[in-house]
Amino acid sequence: MDLFEYQARDMFEKHGVPVLAGAIATTPEEARAAAERIGPKSGGVTVVKAQVKTGGRGKAGGVKVTKSPDEAQAAAEAILGMDIKGHTVGTVMIAQGARIAEEYYFSVLLDRANRTYLAMCSKEGGMEIEQLAVERPEALARVAVDPNTGIDAAKAQEIVDAAGFDEADKAAIASVIQKLWTVYREEDATLVEVNPLVKTEDGEIVALDGKVTLDENAGFRHADHEALEDSAHADPLEAAAKEKDLNYVKLDGSVGIIGNGAGLVMSTLDVVAYAGEEFGGQKPANFLDIGGGASAEVMANGLHIILSDPQVKSVFVNVFGGITSCDAVANGIVGALDALGDEEDRPLVVRLDGNNVEEGRRILAERAHPRVIIEETMDGAARRAAELAAN
Amino acid sequence: MSIFLNADSKVIVQGMTGSEGMKHTQRMLKSGTTIVGGVNPRKAGTTVDFEGGVTVPVYGTVQDAIDATGANVTVIFVPAAFTKAAALEAIDAGIPLAVVITEGVAVKDTAEFYNYAKGKGTTRIVGPNCPGLITPGVSNAGIIPADISGTGRIGLVSKSGTLTYQMMYELRDFGFSSAVGIGGDPIIGTTHIDCLEAFQNDPDTDAIVMIGEIGGDAEERAAAYIKEHVTKPVVGYVAGFTAPEGKTMGHAGAIVSGSSGTAQAKKEALEAAGVKVGKTPSETAQLMREIMQGLAG
Repeated sequence: MDLFEYQARDMFEKHGVPVLAGAIATTPEEARAAAERIGPKSGGVTVVKAQVKTGGRGKAGGVKVTKSPDEAQAAAEAILGMDIKGHTVGTVMIAQGARIAEEYYFSVLLDRANRTYLAMCSKEGGMEIEQLAVERPEALARVAVDPNTGIDAAKAQEIVDAAGFDEADKAAIASVIQKLWTVYREEDATLVEVNPLVKTEDGEIVALDGKVTLDENAGFRHADHEALEDSAHADPLEAAAKEKDLNYVKLDGSVGIIGNGAGLVMSTLDVVAYAGEEFGGQKPANFLDIGGGASAEVMANGLHIILSDPQVKSVFVNVFGGITSCDAVANGIVGALDALGDEEDRPLVVRLDGNNVEEGRRILAERAHPRVIIEETMDGAARRAAELAAN
Repeated sequence: MSIFLNADSKVIVQGMTGSEGMKHTQRMLKSGTTIVGGVNPRKAGTTVDFEGGVTVPVYGTVQDAIDATGANVTVIFVPAAFTKAAALEAIDAGIPLAVVITEGVAVKDTAEFYNYAKGKGTTRIVGPNCPGLITPGVSNAGIIPADISGTGRIGLVSKSGTLTYQMMYELRDFGFSSAVGIGGDPIIGTTHIDCLEAFQNDPDTDAIVMIGEIGGDAEERAAAYIKEHVTKPVVGYVAGFTAPEGKTMGHAGAIVSGSSGTAQAKKEALEAAGVKVGKTPSETAQLMREIMQGLAG
């Protein structure tokens, strides 16, 4: 789960990372009130920043420095509702202004390839880090972090040495880096990034922006993380699926997909897209993995979500009975269709293979549901579902 | 022969007395696995009876189980919140192979126990969030259904459980030396490369199927490894061409971030290394079929 900047800021503050005062607003009036409170801390200057989970907001006009509550209100008026790379701005943060002397970069993230963590640090912050990594890789220090020892004082020293900071600044920066490590470790993050990490004219080291990604699998030890979810911007179908504990991702095609196992479902989407090329570019409408035990109830919930999507013209149920046997899956499908009733008339192409497949196909054939079409192979079923979606 | 799991494998199950543990211990026994014990500190000293007249003793710790039975493989079914502790216990006991089936383990926990195992150097971890591995007809450590395919000379390594089953089913007339489900988490204990190396060195494996998916660059690194070190034919499949950027597709590690981790890049890397890559699981199976027929002819 990616956090908004203001959420990252609050998390940083909780763990003692130096940040500037900030407050969020969803209307220009709230922005004005926030600027009236925060502005006096920095000679009336505040920065109004769009809260979007994407980069490049500065270039898009989503960050404005303002000198008075009037200006902050006007800036919020302009920024709220703005579209930044497909993200509509619903919230702005009004942050205290800073007198920046220097801009640095720091991040710590999961290093999948080495199966450790990686700290990256540079004296040259502020710009897009991908750009820096390509143009001047020598300016970006990369230091491996052992997950079991983390960023202790010695590791923080290694990082600031590798980044080549001035001796006079190293201790203060290393101290902030250790606190950012605390955020990473204590909050079960997979990314903590600060760009820029600044030195102010007063010599303070402050995290001026923050990007945090949290590991959703660690939710069991972070009851407070659930509240950080952006339910306002969630797709309504994805939200409904989540409530039913279904692993669903909304896509924009016309063939609804339901299957068991993440790999098989991903593969099903691909096979449908290939088959769809022949039928006017039919594409998968969603990803939905119902997992190993496809009970009638889970199947019914899944079908219900998929059929709530008006873009869906046909459905492809693709199940390989590994642990589950196909007769249980077939009973699940029949039960789900009976529960859905007769109003629903979109076709359902079913491919079953694996454990007890003959019995599964027999159950479906015997029920002879008018909307159910049985196909023997995954490729054949994908073709049929795409063809039906095109009609 | 086979990789990682053979007739000498003596398997214990951590979490055997839970519902998943019971179900799958029964299945493992049925497929010929030598199960010598379960581990549960609260039920130490008891025994569990399984169908087929097998009685399995329960030990309080992994160390006790090893001391009593000479166990050399553990399969871990404990819930995600307790998986790290279970894995650390197995590593401390020095068991050579720990198969972590549990799904939804926090990546920090995996990072910690994987690196702990690496430091000790005595335990190979497979998983987490994986179906485990099978040497058909000989031993089965995990949840791969043993009746899909029998023994043969194809080696299989896959990030995905159900695609493992699908591929074994499609190629059941040839059979498998071993099939390893390595799991779809961002950090896993055994990689494609580890399995490719083991299959390359296994005299009873003639050809290898490698199944990957979006996220990370494990497939690209495997491609580079194949080019340098693998002389046996390799057929590949990659899932997730239609996955949108920034969305996690079921597996915690299956995510395209920006332009990295795409299926297209993985396919191209594999093809550049001389690996034939199928567009669909069936086409991939067909490519392997042709290779096996060529080797036979």
